[in-house]
Amino acid sequence: MGRYVVRRLLQMIPVFVGATLLIFLMVNVMGDPIAGLCGERRCDPATAAQLEKEFGLDKPVWQQYLTYMGNVFTGDFGTAFNGQEVTELMATAFPVTIRLTVIAILFEIVVGIALGVVTGLRRGRPVDTGVLLLTLVVISVPTFVTGLLLQLLLGVKWGWIRPSVSSEAPFDELILPGLVLASVSLAYVTRLTRTSIAENRRSDYVRTAVAKGLPRHRVITRHLLRTSLIPVVTFIGADIGFLMGGAIVTERIFNIHGVGYQIYQGILRQNTQTVVGFVTVLVLVFLVANLVVDLLYAVLDPRIRYA
Amino acid sequence: MPEQHFDPDRAIAGTGMGGTMDLGVDEAESLEKAPGGPEGTGPQGRPRSLWSDAWRDLRRNPVFVVSALVILFLVVISLWPSLITSGSPLTCDLAKAQEGSQPGHPFGFNGQGCDVYTRTVYGARTSVAVGVLATLGVAVLGSVLGALAGFFGGVGDSVLSRITDVFFAIPVVLGGLVLLSVITSNTVWPVIGFIVLLGWPQLSRIARGSVITAKQNDYVQAARALGASPSRLMLRHIAPNAIAPVIVVATIALGTYISLEATLSYLGVGLKPPSVSWGIDISAASPYIRNAPHALLWPSGALAVTVLAFIMLGDAVRDALDPKLR
Amino acid sequence: MRGATHAGRVACAVAVALTATACGGGGGNSGSGDAGAVLSASWGDPQNPLEPANTNEVQGGKVLDMIFRGLKRYDPETGEAQDMLAESIETTDSQNFTVTVKDGWTFSNGEKVTAKSFVDAWNYGASLKNNQRNAYFFGYIEGYDKTHPEEGGQSADTLSGLKVTGDLTFTVKLTQKFSTFPDTLGYAAFAPLPRAFFDDHDAWVAKPVGNGPYAVDTYAKGSQMSLRKWDDYPGDDKARNGGVDLKVYTDNNTAYTDLLAANLDLVDDVPASQLKNVKSDLGDRYLNTPAGIIQTLAFPYYDENWNRTGSEKVRKGLSMAINRKQITETLFMKTRTPATDWTSPVLGEDGGFQEGLCGDACEYDPAGAKKLIQEGGGLPGGKVTLTYNADTGSHKDWVDAVCNSINNALGNERACAGNPVGTFADFRNQITQQKMSGPFRAGWQMDYPLIQNFLQPLYYTDASSNDGKWSNKNFDEFVDRANQETDTAKAVGLFQQAEGVVRDNMAAIPLWYQNGSAGWSERLSDVKLNPFSVPVYDQIKVS
Repeated sequence: MGRYVVRRLLQMIPVFVGATLLIFLMVNVMGDPIAGLCGERRCDPATAAQLEKEFGLDKPVWQQYLTYMGNVFTGDFGTAFNGQEVTELMATAFPVTIRLTVIAILFEIVVGIALGVVTGLRRGRPVDTGVLLLTLVVISVPTFVTGLLLQLLLGVKWGWIRPSVSSEAPFDELILPGLVLASVSLAYVTRLTRTSIAENRRSDYVRTAVAKGLPRHRVITRHLLRTSLIPVVTFIGADIGFLMGGAIVTERIFNIHGVGYQIYQGILRQNTQTVVGFVTVLVLVFLVANLVVDLLYAVLDPRIRYA
Repeated sequence: MPEQHFDPDRAIAGTGMGGTMDLGVDEAESLEKAPGGPEGTGPQGRPRSLWSDAWRDLRRNPVFVVSALVILFLVVISLWPSLITSGSPLTCDLAKAQEGSQPGHPFGFNGQGCDVYTRTVYGARTSVAVGVLATLGVAVLGSVLGALAGFFGGVGDSVLSRITDVFFAIPVVLGGLVLLSVITSNTVWPVIGFIVLLGWPQLSRIARGSVITAKQNDYVQAARALGASPSRLMLRHIAPNAIAPVIVVATIALGTYISLEATLSYLGVGLKPPSVSWGIDISAASPYIRNAPHALLWPSGALAVTVLAFIMLGDAVRDALDPKLR
Repeated sequence: MRGATHAGRVACAVAVALTATACGGGGGNSGSGDAGAVLSASWGDPQNPLEPANTNEVQGGKVLDMIFRGLKRYDPETGEAQDMLAESIETTDSQNFTVTVKDGWTFSNGEKVTAKSFVDAWNYGASLKNNQRNAYFFGYIEGYDKTHPEEGGQSADTLSGLKVTGDLTFTVKLTQKFSTFPDTLGYAAFAPLPRAFFDDHDAWVAKPVGNGPYAVDTYAKGSQMSLRKWDDYPGDDKARNGGVDLKVYTDNNTAYTDLLAANLDLVDDVPASQLKNVKSDLGDRYLNTPAGIIQTLAFPYYDENWNRTGSEKVRKGLSMAINRKQITETLFMKTRTPATDWTSPVLGEDGGFQEGLCGDACEYDPAGAKKLIQEGGGLPGGKVTLTYNADTGSHKDWVDAVCNSINNALGNERACAGNPVGTFADFRNQITQQKMSGPFRAGWQMDYPLIQNFLQPLYYTDASSNDGKWSNKNFDEFVDRANQETDTAKAVGLFQQAEGVVRDNMAAIPLWYQNGSAGWSERLSDVKLNPFSVPVYDQIKVS
């Protein structure tokens, strides 16, 4: 177990370097960020040169990357174009996004798995077909449509909720955005659980458990659900990274000043420091989440051992 | 036996609904759980192939028949849109902007005064092309790489797994803005290429996981012991048992790819005019949801029906291919 | 706690709708407004640090307009430059100016505003090492080439043309005659700065201190700035409300939605997609008023196709193929007005605005358009693409509409197509690297309400915003002569002659004048927009 974790942690190093390098290069490929800083006019050459120097853009890319990574290891993520420290931006953005992600994940787990179990146990019945259709519709409608529609109906027409999120972004204001964010993943989770349950129902250990005369709910929760959750957990684990970084559309619609919004702003303004910094942290989150998921397997399925 | 200890990436096989999932690495457990084999043998004792069995099942499955017909219809109107519409999707009269349904224009007009019906019909070509071709590309690239990695293991496998990790970590929007903004081509290919580039790691993981699982089954071990070549092992024994999860994930992904094209258009890096696609129309209509919901409804509806058809088809095919659910 | 305040606001909005009594803000008197009540307004995250000479976009400009007062101030209604802190600005030759600052002004931290406050601020703005985006505003002052050379290091830290001659007087020497120079001094870049700015710069940027009617109370970068009325403000335009909370919105559509849900008091940029609903949503709590913004289509003159003889006929033809009236009425619900010259109506006739200058070339005439384009040799390659950036300002709708209009006029569905570019920075890059092959979006928001500002930066040879690299000797000559003219009316006349050159060549196709728009909640009254489309916050009354 210990050795396994160490091995995994070591493997993270090349992935981390590769991912940051790739992102660094991508932002660089987008071209000269200075051009966008002077509004609808050309920056005068002297100021442009001075700005390039200040942001270190006058050096070759590899050198920029090395300097940047060196700074990152000392906790310095650089400065955004508006003079704000990237770490400061992170300190305000990440808590908000983490709250949003927690809500989205909760939706996925509670609603997604519940629907999955129900449909998995009632395969082919009307309940199953109904949920199937619903999830498919959710998958096929883009998030910005769902988001705008719900915001308009719940926030303005019926006035049930605040249509936008205040800068403090407390949990209760994030419920609807969390649902919108989770919607597509929710559909995936439902379908994953459903098939997994439907299949494992016929497995020997479930038959044995039923034959032993265990009560139905005990069979479902202790035996059936536990092993069936593995693919679901895998999916949710990989989803954490996507939810945190991929909330760009949702965050924009609901006025959430989180990670997705900051990354999008960074991309639009071609602000290397912001984009690379945020994505670097996301890569770490993604890698750690993967590791945690893998360790969770052992909890869910006693047959799994780590070497 | 390098696969003795648990490799978590295999668990991703489960993402494919776990058709042949076998996470227990315990030998005894594996033996007991080994799928395949007996059910596949016909009454006359002559083994029927998995494929012919599946086909027999599919023909009798109404879900399959209906979804296949819908897809056929989509393909036909993609190739010959003029079969069911006489107008041109580029004929727009601003004077008619946002007008509702009227004779000759059953779906009304969009914000630019273009006929929504004609545009929805013509949009099918691009959207179906993006969905189908991107999915095919992702499926072929992802499953070949994943299967090879899973089959041969070793250093190549580790490298591939780490590369997929790197790709997973890149935000789609960043990738889209960077890669698509440098390309000036006005065809669907850059968008398809982009989706394939970002989509293959997902399928490669799934394919890899399910190949690793399948290759431990007894019948594969037996075939190997009998001296079957790697290519024969792969194609005859492993592929049929490992393909189900790939199909399911690919069909769900097809829908998300069509939506992704919409998001890319929304960001201004997707397809460019004069291309016509559901994605372009959905993103253009979404701000006007309060005044002209019909302009949003029809392309979205067409998208939903298409995705539905492909997912149902995938579901039916998967069921037919999975002997355990029979 | 949040939930509670929210519920309270909703209840309040309902009560207002039912009984039309005042609500919120600690029980104010409904008629004249509660001078202590605070309003909330939409805002965007400023792109650059909030220094006066470093702010070149509207969002940062809003704040500067609230916390700073310069020598001149543009009248919120007429746009006319009026003395604010200037006791007098005197000149005999239009090149040497003597400025006297009014006595009795202080910054909100108690420091006196003196001649030195201005000179130090301007020197700071013009010095290359400070990276100020608006440094070129000081380009006319003598010594700018030393403090801000085109290449190489600077050889001076201060402008030799600025001299403090007394506690409240200083002189300005320009490198050339520039008769309307005093009228440019209302621009934010010319604001005075307190010593605190130089002594502890980081602290100042974190919480700017100025001499305007408001003082910054708290500033959370990226989310909110709270400004409060500065009670000891010495000017006449004291704030009529207790303060303003500027809230950063990720999207102006979300801000509008929040206004409808009574979470926000003021939105100063109603999204185009909501214009159709404004009447039913807000009734008369909506304002649509001309602003100094013109949208044009610029052309790449570095591309032979657009710089050959006859290409001006193609450009005129394209201009005539655009149905401006229909587009502004249908898409923009009259929040934009078809353009008939290359300036803006906010200048007024005296300021140089000439309605109808463009003539037939700006009138929709499909047949004439087709004929002219044929005479001019046809569209290069048989089609044009209109390039624009897709990330801000919802340009897609109007670009598509313009193209459809051109296509319909020419009877060719593929004659014109929009060409979106993902980001503004990339769009600007393609322009500066001269990669455009067809017309592209060009918008101009005036820095100060002078005809000079609409012409010189855009069409003068190698000017900073002459993105198409248009160059015309006659035009340059008229501009040079106008700048030397001491008589304002004569200067305006010369600028108009220069504008005539632009018209004859159709250097850029004028599309429409853009209005400012604002919507507000029931709590507010006396909401106005100045010619820069920025709300006049200090006049707003909150009940």
